[in-house]
Parts: sequence; C-alpha cells; structure tokens
Amino acid sequence: MNLLSKNRWSPYLAGALLGVLSWFAFLTAGVPLGVSSTFVRTAGMIESTVAPDHVRDNAYFAATKVKLDWEWMIAAGILIGAYLSSKLSKEPKGDEVPQLWASRFGPSRGRRMLGAFLGGLVLIFGARLAGGCTSGHGLSGSMQLAVSGWAFFACIFASGVATATLLYRGGKS
Amino acid sequence: MIGIEAPGRLLLGLITGIVFGFLLHRSGVSKYATITGQFLLRDFTMMKMMMTAIIVGGAGAYAMHGLGWVDLTIKPMLMGGVIVGALVFGVAMAVLGYCPGTAVAACAEGRKDALMGVAGMLAGSMVYAEMFPWLKATVLSWPDKGKITLPETIGAPWWVFFLVLAAAAWLLFSWLGRKGLDEGVKG
Repeated sequence: MNLLSKNRWSPYLAGALLGVLSWFAFLTAGVPLGVSSTFVRTAGMIESTVAPDHVRDNAYFAATKVKLDWEWMIAAGILIGAYLSSKLSKEPKGDEVPQLWASRFGPSRGRRMLGAFLGGLVLIFGARLAGGCTSGHGLSGSMQLAVSGWAFFACIFASGVATATLLYRGGKS
Repeated sequence: MIGIEAPGRLLLGLITGIVFGFLLHRSGVSKYATITGQFLLRDFTMMKMMMTAIIVGGAGAYAMHGLGWVDLTIKPMLMGGVIVGALVFGVAMAVLGYCPGTAVAACAEGRKDALMGVAGMLAGSMVYAEMFPWLKATVLSWPDKGKITLPETIGAPWWVFFLVLAAAAWLLFSWLGRKGLDEGVKG
C-alpha cells in the first residue's frame, strides 16, 4: 500500500508527524507553528495599497508589523502542501454545500457562502483577541503546557460544542 | 514599506508550511464535516490528531529546552482576551467548519466556502485593527496573568503532564472506539 496515495492517514500518524514538525520549527525558526497573525499582515498589505498612511498610523498594524515573514510563508506552504496532498490522494470532490449545513440551512449556495464569510470574519476577530488560533494557542501553546493554550482549547470546545448542538441538533447524521 | 525577512528563513517557513498543509489535508481535519463532527462529538479525528501532536511535540520541545537547544515561547494568559476570544472563536468555527489554518488548506482542495471564509478573515482583520483602541481599553484591559505554564502553576515536572495526558487520551479514545461513538458525520 502506497502511503502517499492512501486517501486518509490515521489521525495518530498525522498528529505524531505534526509533533515532529513542531520540533523542526522550534529548532530551525525558534518559534512554534502559528497561522492567524498572517491574516492581519495580509489584510494590512492589501489595505496599504489603497490607504498606506492609514495602515501606518494604525496601532494594531504597527504592533503586528505588516511584513513578509516566516509565519506568512507557513500559510503559503499550507496552500501548496494541501494542494499536493489533495492531488496525490485522488479523493472524490465533495458537495459544494456540505450535507450537514444543507440539512439545517437548506441547499442554497449563497447562504452557505454568506455564512462562511461571516464565520471567517468573527473567527479571526476571536483569534486576534485571544492572541492566537487553533495552531498558535491550541497546538503550540498547549504543547508547551501554557495555561493560555489550555484555556483557549477548553473555551473553543465549550462554545463550539454548544453552538454545533444548537445549530445542527436534529440534522441528518 | 513592507519588511521582508531573510530568504533562507522564508524558505524554511515555506518547507514547514508545505508539510503542515499536507498533514492537515491528509488527516481529514481540513474538512467541514470533520470539524463540525468533532463539535457534535461524533467524530474525534481532530481531537486525536491534536492530542497526539501535543504529546509528541510537547515532550520533544521540553526535552530540547532542557538540553538548552530551544527557547519556549509562552503566550500570556489574558483573562479577557483569551477567554472571550476563544469563546467567540468556537462559535465561529462551528459555523464556518474550518479554523484559520484548515481554511487555507481547504481552499487548496477547491472548497469555495473556505475561500469565502478566508475573505471573511481578511475583512475581520481590518475590522479588528479599526476596533483595536476600543478593545484595548475594555476586554484587553482585564487582568493579565502573564506567561504562565501548567508545571509552574501546579508545581509538577513537565513529563508528568504528558504521561497523564497520554493515559487520559488512550482511555478516552479506546472507550469511544469500543462504544462506536466516533463514526463521524457526512459532508
């Protein structure tokens, strides 16, 4: 069995490799894996093409430092790596509107796209308030046994489980 | 005006990111059904992957730290920012079905809803930057407990936490498997 073309890897295998990848990040970059501040930097880059002065004067963009850095390349790499994995696995293309979503909100494509846009907007807002996302806090913070990482993990689970139960309860399983 | 880091460091980031993206996709966590399935407690793929990565990665990071090879980078425990931010994040993640990293991975496999999620995150970053002064005066002004870790707070050595975590994960996941409670949800 060729591992590269196997559609799914065991989560334990993928998780162990992700752990080893974290060692590599610590050793070579001196910082752990993280994703969410890249969105702020990219937003700053986009905004500075139309309003450079406004971005320069903004306290948050100044603190986050709008720059092309190691972490920005992580996000670019995720795009390439996931694309390679997707091509090598030859998995069937999924539904455009996920079945679980459709069972609750109907098959409308527009409604799913609007939901995803608003979800993303609120998601990054939460991540920046917390100072990290599932990668920076949930993974990298928790593995360093940071209190902030475990608090983040516990809180996203509590509110995620509550929200999913309220939204999709009674949806087709 | 936009700063750029040294090319070698950028290349390292790209290589690390490629492996990260490959693992996110291949494990299935970049799927809407995997994330919502986890929050519905019907698919434990995400929890299994994260717990394994935390135990393997963390034991290695602490061992390397003990040898003086690497520094740990602990984020501060902001009572307002972390708690409120994470609660908001969990609600949004259950609606979107992706987190920031897996949304990028899902874009690469052609998911249009993930692309809309990424657009929303870029818009959200701009909104956040505008609201930052107000947030700083309110939620972010709540107590900061500093860069604290569990070993310091509880007073036990680091390896105890990874042993307990591994035992708890093994018990939970084998129990779920026996009961057939993690069969997953469809799309």
